[in-house]
Amino acid sequence: MNILNIIKISYRSLGRNKLRSFLTMLGIIIGVAAVIAMLAIGQGASNAVKQQIAGLGTNMLIVFPFASTQGGVHFQAGTTSRLTQSDATAIQEQCPAVEYVTPIVRVVTQVIAGTQNWRTIVFGAYPNYEEIRNWPVQSGSYFTDSDERDAAKVCLLGQTVAENLFGAGTVPIGETIQIRNLPFKIIGVLAPKGQNANGDDQDDIVVAPFSTVQQKLAGTIYANAIFASAISSSAVSTASDEITQLLRDRHKLTSGAPNDFTVRTQTEIASTADATTKTMTLLLASIAGISLIVGGIGIMNIMLVSVTERTREIGIRMAVGARGSDVLTQFLIEALSLSFAGGIIGIVLGVLSSQFVSNIQKWPIVISPESIVLAFIFAAAIGIFFGWYPARKAANLNPIEALRYE
Amino acid sequence: MADPIISVKHLVKIYKMGDFEVHALRGISLEINPREFVAIMGASGSGKSTFMNIVGCLDIPTSGEYLLDGIDISKMDRDELARLRNKKLGFVFQSFNLLSRTTALENVELPLLYSNSRSAAQRREKAMEALNAVGLADRAGHYSNQLSGGQQQRVAIARSLVNDPVVILADEPTGNLDTRTSVEVMEIFQKLNERGITVVLVTHELDIARFAGKNVLFKDGKISRIAMVEDRKIASEELPKIPVLEDEMES
Ligand SMILES: Nc1ncnc2c1ncn2[C@@H]1O[C@H](COP(=O)(O)OP(=O)(O)O)[C@@H](O)[C@H]1O
Ligand SMILES: [Mg+2]
Repeated sequence: MNILNIIKISYRSLGRNKLRSFLTMLGIIIGVAAVIAMLAIGQGASNAVKQQIAGLGTNMLIVFPFASTQGGVHFQAGTTSRLTQSDATAIQEQCPAVEYVTPIVRVVTQVIAGTQNWRTIVFGAYPNYEEIRNWPVQSGSYFTDSDERDAAKVCLLGQTVAENLFGAGTVPIGETIQIRNLPFKIIGVLAPKGQNANGDDQDDIVVAPFSTVQQKLAGTIYANAIFASAISSSAVSTASDEITQLLRDRHKLTSGAPNDFTVRTQTEIASTADATTKTMTLLLASIAGISLIVGGIGIMNIMLVSVTERTREIGIRMAVGARGSDVLTQFLIEALSLSFAGGIIGIVLGVLSSQFVSNIQKWPIVISPESIVLAFIFAAAIGIFFGWYPARKAANLNPIEALRYE
Repeated sequence: MADPIISVKHLVKIYKMGDFEVHALRGISLEINPREFVAIMGASGSGKSTFMNIVGCLDIPTSGEYLLDGIDISKMDRDELARLRNKKLGFVFQSFNLLSRTTALENVELPLLYSNSRSAAQRREKAMEALNAVGLADRAGHYSNQLSGGQQQRVAIARSLVNDPVVILADEPTGNLDTRTSVEVMEIFQKLNERGITVVLVTHELDIARFAGKNVLFKDGKISRIAMVEDRKIASEELPKIPVLEDEMES
């Protein structure tokens, strides 16, 4: 049998009943549009959450110089610190799961610009503080390794500090501030980071090279903490183990002795957020999946009704020589064409509606080509799957009974 | 004489309905030769349609032998029967059985779409030729619901002859038509028969049966009588005698 003829027959038949064709398509249109929109919104939201988590520095580990206690550790109580810059160097060199390491020294003090002064925290860190905290500058640039080597008196201001010293909206790069009577040149302003999990304002900070703060402001040979980042979020616990082992060795702790330091990670936060995103994606995917299945059942429903309604037509076709396989092919092509056309219209509608939602609600959306391909393949598969049974039914009709059908 | 086009021997058809059996055909033996025009008659329920369906390869007999154009169809499967219906048979039904929302031309083309040998242009030409033969070439583009009953039946006849069948089978083709239109349809059958096409038709009207060359009477699933028609009527001569009704849709 000539397949082109069957295609012609199918299209004539679809064109003959445009309303029925459209109604059949409607299920798929809505299903595909829902899938596209759900995935666009879901992926958009999931991306936004991921970005926020990345902003926290999920890969980050913090080593405090105390044994952990029931009441938790206290960053400020640094007098007996035994963490040193060389601990940081050793971690950098000997822990393969660790990517960046910086010792941190911390001074709480007044900073003065002209007549304005502000009490804040001055952090001393290596330039890789940017990568570890995932905290870029909004303007200007970070200090460099040579600034670190030379203990240069340069600094970066957090948003809150910059606003309080120089007023909102000004870019004080190149200006000088006084910290404990030493002039520091401002070379950058950090991007806003907002509050941390404890509700502290993270932008209330000045960051300067570690050597500068340690030697010129704190006057200590120790570090208040060591910040590190693991090579990936999945390597955080490995990195934690490696650091713990290394520091135990370096601090010459016997095997029974408790740690004299604490390694904290943000894994808990990360895994909770990760689970939330996964749940959300799953939820959206199931809603989308259900709408596609409903669309498919719609197709099957109308195809089945159409087989019954067209029983006589099928009888006529068989009487003039259509074989069962011709009728099967015709009905399958009809179902497939409807789901293809429905798929394309659904994709257009889904893209438009998710863009609409995004514009109205200011939701981030991501329309990935994969989701379009996926929705289209689904539509086609549903066309075949749900078109098969009615087509089979039509093909197996007995010509005489079909002709006698009223 | 040439070999018969249709040759049935001891044809039996039993419909089983649960444990109840209907003996629709109880041993029919009949030969129909090329160029014959046979009218099958009989009371309602005598098995005429059952016989036509089997001869038309739409159904298979419970037992008995059937040779169509020398081919034994008893061993054929569904697909082969479909091919035979397409190539060798033309069917005309009482209720016209045209596709709705479809033009006359597309209806006539239908059998050609299920036999792959022709191009679209050739199909069109063939279909127009057939419509011409039934005098409806000017209605090619009309939809079936825009045609009168007589015109619809003529389209159905055009469809039945478009694939050059060896025999046209018509089961009560005039059953839904008024007298004049019935005679017009018989005129077409007679014309086709003169062109050499074998015609077998079922009717329970004596008047209609007299347009045929031979009458076969069915009774309770058996043939009770076979007779040549003596004073055969010629449709084209009868037509002028029938008054044209005012409200008839024919043009
Ligand atoms: N599909 C069927 N199932 C059961 N009985 C049938 C069927 N078709 C026909 N019959 C029975 O077979 C007998 C012959 O029917 P049919 O061939 O239609 O007669 P006719 O066309 O001469 O009126 C009738 O008694 C009818 O009820
Ligand atoms: Mg009958």
